[in-house]
Amino acid sequence: MTTIDTSKARDPHGDHGHGHHDLPYLAGKGGFFPTLIDWMTTVDHKKLGVMYLVAILTLFFFGGVAALLVRMELLDPVRIAADGTVTGQLLYSNPEDVNAGNVWYNRAFTMHGAIMVFMVIVPGIPASLGNFFLPLMLGAKDVAFPRLNLLSWYIYLLGSVFGILVILLNGVDTGWTFYTPYSTTTDAGHWRVVYMILAAFILGFSSILTGLNFVVTVHKLRAPGMGWFDMPLFVWGIYATAVIQVLATPVIGITLLLLIFERVFRVGIFDPALGGDPVLYQHFFWFYSHPVVYVMILPGMGVISEVIAVHSRKQIFGYRAIAFASLGIAGVAFIVWGHHMFASMSELGSVVFSALTFLVAIPTAVKIFNWIATMYKGSIALTTPMLYALVFLFLFAIGGLTGLPLATLSTDLHLHDSYFVVAHFHYVMFGGTIVAMLAGLHHWWPKMTGRDYNATAANICCLLVFVGFNVTFFTQFFLGTQGMPRRYASYPDEFQLLHQISTLGSWILGLGFMGHLAVFIWSIAAGAKAKDNPWGALTLEWESDTPPTEHNFAHEPVLTHGPYDYETTVPPKWDPKDWPLPDPAKVAAVHRDHH
Amino acid sequence: MATINAQPHGEPHGGPGHDIDAAKRPMWARYKHGHHFRTQDDEFDACKTGMWLFLATEVLLFAGLFMSYTFFRYKYPEAFANGSNYLDWRWGGLNTVVLLISSYTAAMAVRNAQLDQQKALQRNLLITVVCGALFVVIKAVFEYGPKWAQGKRPGEWFSYPFAHDAMEPAWWSVYYSATGIHALHVLIGMALLYRCYLRAKRGAYGPTHYTMVENAALYWHLVDLIWIFLFPLLYLIH
Ligand code: HEM
Ligand SMILES: [Cu+2]
Repeated sequence: MTTIDTSKARDPHGDHGHGHHDLPYLAGKGGFFPTLIDWMTTVDHKKLGVMYLVAILTLFFFGGVAALLVRMELLDPVRIAADGTVTGQLLYSNPEDVNAGNVWYNRAFTMHGAIMVFMVIVPGIPASLGNFFLPLMLGAKDVAFPRLNLLSWYIYLLGSVFGILVILLNGVDTGWTFYTPYSTTTDAGHWRVVYMILAAFILGFSSILTGLNFVVTVHKLRAPGMGWFDMPLFVWGIYATAVIQVLATPVIGITLLLLIFERVFRVGIFDPALGGDPVLYQHFFWFYSHPVVYVMILPGMGVISEVIAVHSRKQIFGYRAIAFASLGIAGVAFIVWGHHMFASMSELGSVVFSALTFLVAIPTAVKIFNWIATMYKGSIALTTPMLYALVFLFLFAIGGLTGLPLATLSTDLHLHDSYFVVAHFHYVMFGGTIVAMLAGLHHWWPKMTGRDYNATAANICCLLVFVGFNVTFFTQFFLGTQGMPRRYASYPDEFQLLHQISTLGSWILGLGFMGHLAVFIWSIAAGAKAKDNPWGALTLEWESDTPPTEHNFAHEPVLTHGPYDYETTVPPKWDPKDWPLPDPAKVAAVHRDHH
Repeated sequence: MATINAQPHGEPHGGPGHDIDAAKRPMWARYKHGHHFRTQDDEFDACKTGMWLFLATEVLLFAGLFMSYTFFRYKYPEAFANGSNYLDWRWGGLNTVVLLISSYTAAMAVRNAQLDQQKALQRNLLITVVCGALFVVIKAVFEYGPKWAQGKRPGEWFSYPFAHDAMEPAWWSVYYSATGIHALHVLIGMALLYRCYLRAKRGAYGPTHYTMVENAALYWHLVDLIWIFLFPLLYLIH
């Protein structure tokens, strides 16, 4: 017995004898309102995953529009002619007040940063794909605390509503880091900054609850026979992420709470004018916000591990190394925050944090080498998810490598607060996390929706995103090394060409994403019905129906092979179209002859 | 302590014949665990693990406040050394005793639930809630109130005319933030325990099902523990 037994025929009263038939989770409830109410009160991890996905993609759209506005402004530097006329204020121009345009520019990049970090990238993969697939991959019926899961969704929604409210109130200009005393003293008479900080605080709660839920789920709800090292690597990634979410987020929680106290009640903790200390704020902020970059990237790494193994149809190389590297990254993440504050620390402090930061590169490199080794001699299928996985490898390697000159004190002195940093973190956050999310979305889309998408169109969009990304951000490495500081609406003339190229890139990117949206909408509207296991993958989520039924599996699955045991379950040259898998005994024989 | 006694787990899913008896059984014995857990024990363990993780987040939240305390104490030694002179250790000490008693009754409540001592369970839950209320009242009426009136306030609100040190507003900022956030936790804990009390009156908890009581008590112990650290740091160290 090598296949996983989820036979629907067995045990008609299975699963604690729920009286009703198990329908696809997407089935309507008879009428628009009953269906709507069903979705709004659901505790089904799949529906919650889908709702998160929709919300996150919507906010990604808002954040993206803000980004296009930022690039728009930078198309042309602001020039003041001898007669006082101002040109180049493309976002907003007011001949009376030259600074008005700058304020709008500052708001645009702040809204972009805050939305993308707190509402898109941090919850991104765990809340959407994680919610949907973590229980399925473990062979469970749901997460450990389904009602808590619904609660964290509403908390997320509340946080996002505050974020949107701030947009409607014209936005804030503090930067996504809310550095004090700027964030506690400017924009007096308005509540916008408070709302924005409150949004981040509330979203943190949602993040903690989701993380807690996932940790317990992984501990308690693995299918019978699934040991820790039988878990798919995506689960490891989500697990390590959840641990960081639980341990780091409370610190930003208290920090933001104190910031709100300070702003509303004028309590002096961070504002020097009130006896506080702004560097304390920076320590608190980065103690969370460095670990959180691994909250952003670890789930992405998990997706990439799945996609590369499945689409190369090979046992993942160094399973344990990848799993432990996730935990290693999670551990090191907590001791390197100081590298964001080299400018506000003692020399000794800087040296220590610089040395520690280099440690991060080790587990990261371990993973990259393992993925490449997995592809070696695999039978690679260049599907859309696989293309995105390759894009990930390329972009993330550049992002990781450019972190090293930033971690080196002497070079960071020059590069700090320049476009080099901007390019670095876009290569890791966008080139890493967002690209991984796209890989995962295309990998699991057929399972989630029950529909196929047009692969050719998706591949073209992938190419657009890849080209657009590099045109936009590679140029920014040059801008940074040449001395262009970040967060300015204007610049000396000699930077204009590079800025224009970068803006052009942002349009290509926008086009690519619009294309993806069209492909997805087309797939839902007119896509062919998807097969249960279109890629011939071995992890448990593909054992469910397509789309999965409300209780996921007709019968509790029993694990009988590892997540990547292609060598023993799949014969050479086997095509996923031929699913289900042939008799395992035969496969073993073929493999024996083959060697 | 964590194991749940007797009650074969297959039973709640039995045939219709069982349901007639079931109606006569107390509420806690009729409890059916979530369908995604294999057994009721599994569910209990999961809930407890979840609670411990949540407590870890609370510890980290307060760690931020303790860090600020340490940081400012180091930065403004004078103001902080003098700060505790403004606080009356007797009120703080009384509140410590109140919380310790309530922690004891909270622990007893869990024991009562395990032993099906329904009356004692309700009584102990209620005493715990009352102690929590007493703590908040003492804090508000005998400490916050008079201090605020004298101008011993945080940050910009500070207006105490006889300050010894220019940095005293920072001391009060830390004092009010730390004790205020702690008091908020006391209120949340009281709400949780009161909900347990109301449900206990309907017989919701007993030997095979007392997850909520256990978790609320754990939360209460944490709130208590944090006060045990705040008390010496704020009231006793000069
Ligand atoms: C090999 C791994 C990495 C190293 C050595 C590294 C190093 C650094 C350093 C030293 C800085 C500070 C630069 C400065 O302000 O002067 C920085 C900034 C940043 N990094 Fe990384 N990094 C790495 C990976 C990542 C990853 C995986 C992410 C996110 C997914 C990330 C996100 C960021 C962000 C957002 C900033 C800028 C924050 C801001 O000032 O707004 N980094 N990185
Ligand atoms: Cu960092």
